[in-house]
Amino acid sequence: MANTSGRVVGVNGNMVTVEFDSAIAKNEVGYIHVGDDRLKGEVIRINGNTASLQVFEMTGGIRVGDAAEFSGEMLSVALGPGLLQQIYDGLQNPLPELAKQCGFFLQRGVYLDAIPNKEWEFTPLAKVGDQLRPGDTFGTVPEGLFTHQIMIPFNLADTPWKVVTIKGKGTYGVRDIICTVEDAKGNKKDLSMIFTWPVKKAIKLYEERLRPDETLVTKIRIIDTFLPVAKGGTYCTPGPFGAGKTVLQHMTSRNADVDIVIIAACGERAGEVVEVLKEFPELVDPKTGRSLMERTIIICNTSSMPVASREASVYTAVTLAEYYRQMGLSVLLLADSTSRWAQAMREMSGRLEEIPGEEAFPAYLESRIAEFYERAGKVRLRDGRIGSVTIGGTVSPAGGNFEEPVTQATLKVVGAFHGLSRERSDARKYPAIDPLNSWSKYEGIIKQENVEYARNILRRGSEVNQMMKVVGEEGTSVSDYITYQKSELIDAFYLQQNSFDPVDASVPPERQKHTFEVLFKVLATDFDLEDKKHVRSFFNTLRQKFLDWNNVETKSERFTQIEGEIRALYQGKQRGVDPDAEQLI
Amino acid sequence: MQKVYSRIESIVGNVITVRALGVRNSELAIVTSEGEQSYASVIKLDEDLVSLQVFSGAQGISTGDQVRFLGVPMRVSYTDNLLGRVFDGTGNPRDNGPSLSDNMIDIGGPAVNPAKRIIPRNMIRTGIPMIDVFNTLVESQKLPIFSVSGEPYNPLLARIAMQAEVDLIVLGGMGLKYDDYLFFKDTLENGGAMSRTIMFIHTASDPTVECMLVPDMALAVAERFAQDGKKVLVLLTDMTNFADSMKEMAITMDQVPSNRGYPGDLYSSLASRYEKAVDFEGAGSVTILAVTTMPGDDVTHPVPDNTGYITEGQYYLKGGRIEPFGSLSRLKQQVNKDTRDDHRALMDGMIKLYASYKESLEKKSMGFNMTDWDEKLLKYGRLFESKLMDLSVNIPLEGALDLGWEILSDCFEPNETGLKSDLILSRWPKKLND
Ligand SMILES: Nc1ncnc2c1ncn2[C@@H]1O[C@H](COP(=O)(O)OP(=O)(O)O)[C@@H](O)[C@H]1O
Ligand SMILES: [Mg+2]
Repeated sequence: MANTSGRVVGVNGNMVTVEFDSAIAKNEVGYIHVGDDRLKGEVIRINGNTASLQVFEMTGGIRVGDAAEFSGEMLSVALGPGLLQQIYDGLQNPLPELAKQCGFFLQRGVYLDAIPNKEWEFTPLAKVGDQLRPGDTFGTVPEGLFTHQIMIPFNLADTPWKVVTIKGKGTYGVRDIICTVEDAKGNKKDLSMIFTWPVKKAIKLYEERLRPDETLVTKIRIIDTFLPVAKGGTYCTPGPFGAGKTVLQHMTSRNADVDIVIIAACGERAGEVVEVLKEFPELVDPKTGRSLMERTIIICNTSSMPVASREASVYTAVTLAEYYRQMGLSVLLLADSTSRWAQAMREMSGRLEEIPGEEAFPAYLESRIAEFYERAGKVRLRDGRIGSVTIGGTVSPAGGNFEEPVTQATLKVVGAFHGLSRERSDARKYPAIDPLNSWSKYEGIIKQENVEYARNILRRGSEVNQMMKVVGEEGTSVSDYITYQKSELIDAFYLQQNSFDPVDASVPPERQKHTFEVLFKVLATDFDLEDKKHVRSFFNTLRQKFLDWNNVETKSERFTQIEGEIRALYQGKQRGVDPDAEQLI
Repeated sequence: MQKVYSRIESIVGNVITVRALGVRNSELAIVTSEGEQSYASVIKLDEDLVSLQVFSGAQGISTGDQVRFLGVPMRVSYTDNLLGRVFDGTGNPRDNGPSLSDNMIDIGGPAVNPAKRIIPRNMIRTGIPMIDVFNTLVESQKLPIFSVSGEPYNPLLARIAMQAEVDLIVLGGMGLKYDDYLFFKDTLENGGAMSRTIMFIHTASDPTVECMLVPDMALAVAERFAQDGKKVLVLLTDMTNFADSMKEMAITMDQVPSNRGYPGDLYSSLASRYEKAVDFEGAGSVTILAVTTMPGDDVTHPVPDNTGYITEGQYYLKGGRIEPFGSLSRLKQQVNKDTRDDHRALMDGMIKLYASYKESLEKKSMGFNMTDWDEKLLKYGRLFESKLMDLSVNIPLEGALDLGWEILSDCFEPNETGLKSDLILSRWPKKLND
């Protein structure tokens, strides 16, 4: 197919209008020629014989009359072994390679191969004559911790393809032809280890979608115990600036119990990504004993990088996630922040002069957000293996007010909501997830009823606290005051977690279960304390013990010792046990 | 010889249009009106219709005035001759010195490749406990002071600039009151810092469009000095004026506003400036301290709100003090682990107690009985405010930490502080009568 060409007729910000001569498609990639540079763009509107391109680069220097060419291909990513450990921009340009070529600054118009030219140890799984369909595995290569499946390209027609030739076990370059297949009509395709897939199209090569019924352990107590996330599920983390969205995602990216983590740094600070870039290679994943980087891909399109590629970056990220899911792996995609992606849509919509909706966001905002989160899921693949994509997105609501279009549209589609509160972060209560307003539809690591019992104390404690603000401490009964102190204890010891303490930063499920049990016994205790002064001083001492407990290694002597002290302390004042709780212990 | 166009098709706000071919997006032009010349830059192309934004404003421009395109984007001279000089938003001298045209560099250049960035690592000492102890400033940080008019934000900016050990200060003034401009000039001169200072000043009476250029001019110069090994501190005051001039521009261009009249790309526009803060491996650095005044003292106003999402924290200046709540240095944890072993814990612990103090204060104001615990907190809050928060306090970090322990032990029993037992053991002041 001859590629279509055209000429520039207008420039408005990063939107360039081009007059073209033959056929082009929406979402097709086009290039604008400026001097020696070729600037990549995506067709986002076609009207008669003019097309509007959102250009992924700064558009300074473009002239009316400059040449344009269209590629005939949708905006796509390359899929194949070698994606792990990479640091890409929103268009899958490898940033470290770019730095080697261009130095300190990003240079427009430079597009490098996304997948490094490496040799891999190939083991064929299919043999000549086998009939395979797109997505079926015909061989494997070892990629770090994983057996990377080399699959029949997803973009081939969904019919059986017969293996005509296939290479034997051996080492091949990632771009070498290792297999040839043909369809019933005799059309032949040569296959390497790499193929491409359009980012805005979900990969649906699976047998069925399953209910996300397995907890995704994050080692963050308030999440795993109170507000769990599930493999294949979705969740969002809205919060005002500085409330701790990014720190929370970074903690999750380190500790989450999944095979692969994809971090999409979308339109926020570059410095935050750098922390990940520099720290991950040094950090050891306790599960595998290998560097954390080996299970990570970073898509980095930070706030001062071109806005249009920010819009593309979340799609790039989720496409890579779906690709690894097709290998039966569990993938966690963390996007920070989905609001910046929404704003990128808004900027473009404004330039297209579309009719604006609320806060000038385009009318299709909600459906775009829904489509994006819909790409998460736990699936059973055709060969019976289970794979999952979990999506967690931060939301940065204007003014920290959740009543705004992006937060509201997101809340409609996610399975868990971790709302961060300014009040808690101001008081340095991290993670600042509001335990009462937030919710989750997934199952956690601790028995539902016990968690509800604790949540109820939190709720009543907060009511007592509100009441004390009106009637004062003197107007509060001792038993209410005890409830309040219990709720404060849950908060200080269990909900808050110090991400900078080596022990407290990540708490495995066994430890969560164990410490929750001890906490639960305290909550269930009917205390024999005469007045509020005694209550306060008793709980101060108890809290101190609990806090110290959080900072000592599990199984250490000190751990057992403090546990003993805690037990002695609360048993010393025990009058009885709440009968409702007794049956739960 | 460049072609001169002498028919202006339309004049709306500060934007004019002319019909011309071969013009580049973002290119600079000179508009000559009654012998006066002004720069203008191309902001939109539609076939042969070219929209230009006139830097000195379009007042007095007539349809018959001349437009000459220069074929290059906006630039600024980069030489050592900049030092000690004062310019306006377009780079023309404001002092009596000569204009500079050597070694012109583009402004508003591309972003630093994130893969080339390094983790910030050097604390900038200011002698202000609310900064050094609670929200440490770090080299290459971008940090605004959130405030309202009437607060001493410019003196605070100047004080930090004088106290910080940097090679170069670049001051970008936007909508600056003339008195404030003189204040900066005097302070820097009296402190002997003028010879390592460069100023780009837009005052309240200068054309709006020039205001929009100030951050780019200041940052382009800062970035180059940093690449050449200099530690540069950029002061930008007041970024709300910058945002307001963007708003004015957007409205002229009939853009659909997203929030209270501000354009949808406010976030990206602010980010592309603030993200110029960087530490170049093997060379110098750019640190940005800005002022963002909050209209109506409202932090949810689009300008402070978008800024907060971009910068690495913020200092709230209120009632002449840096407020512990809302103030935040996001980079503090990069450096406060290596200062003193009690720094982090004390910082968190004291703030938590201060939060409790605020609650007690509220209860008190509502007329409730104060318990012993409330009384302790009230005492603590008073000491905290007078000994640590007051802006006149000027002590090094270590002294401030010691003072923190003093205050705690004056007010509380060790187990009331929520601090770890081993720290209490090593740091709790021994009282004479113990
Ligand atoms: N879990 C935590 N433990 C300790 N400090 C935290 C925690 N979460 C956030 N912080 C503090 O709050 C600051 C802002 O957090 P960040 O995640 O960047 O906020 P956001 O992304 O919501 O704007 C951090 O720089 C850190 O100082
Ligand atoms: Mg963040």
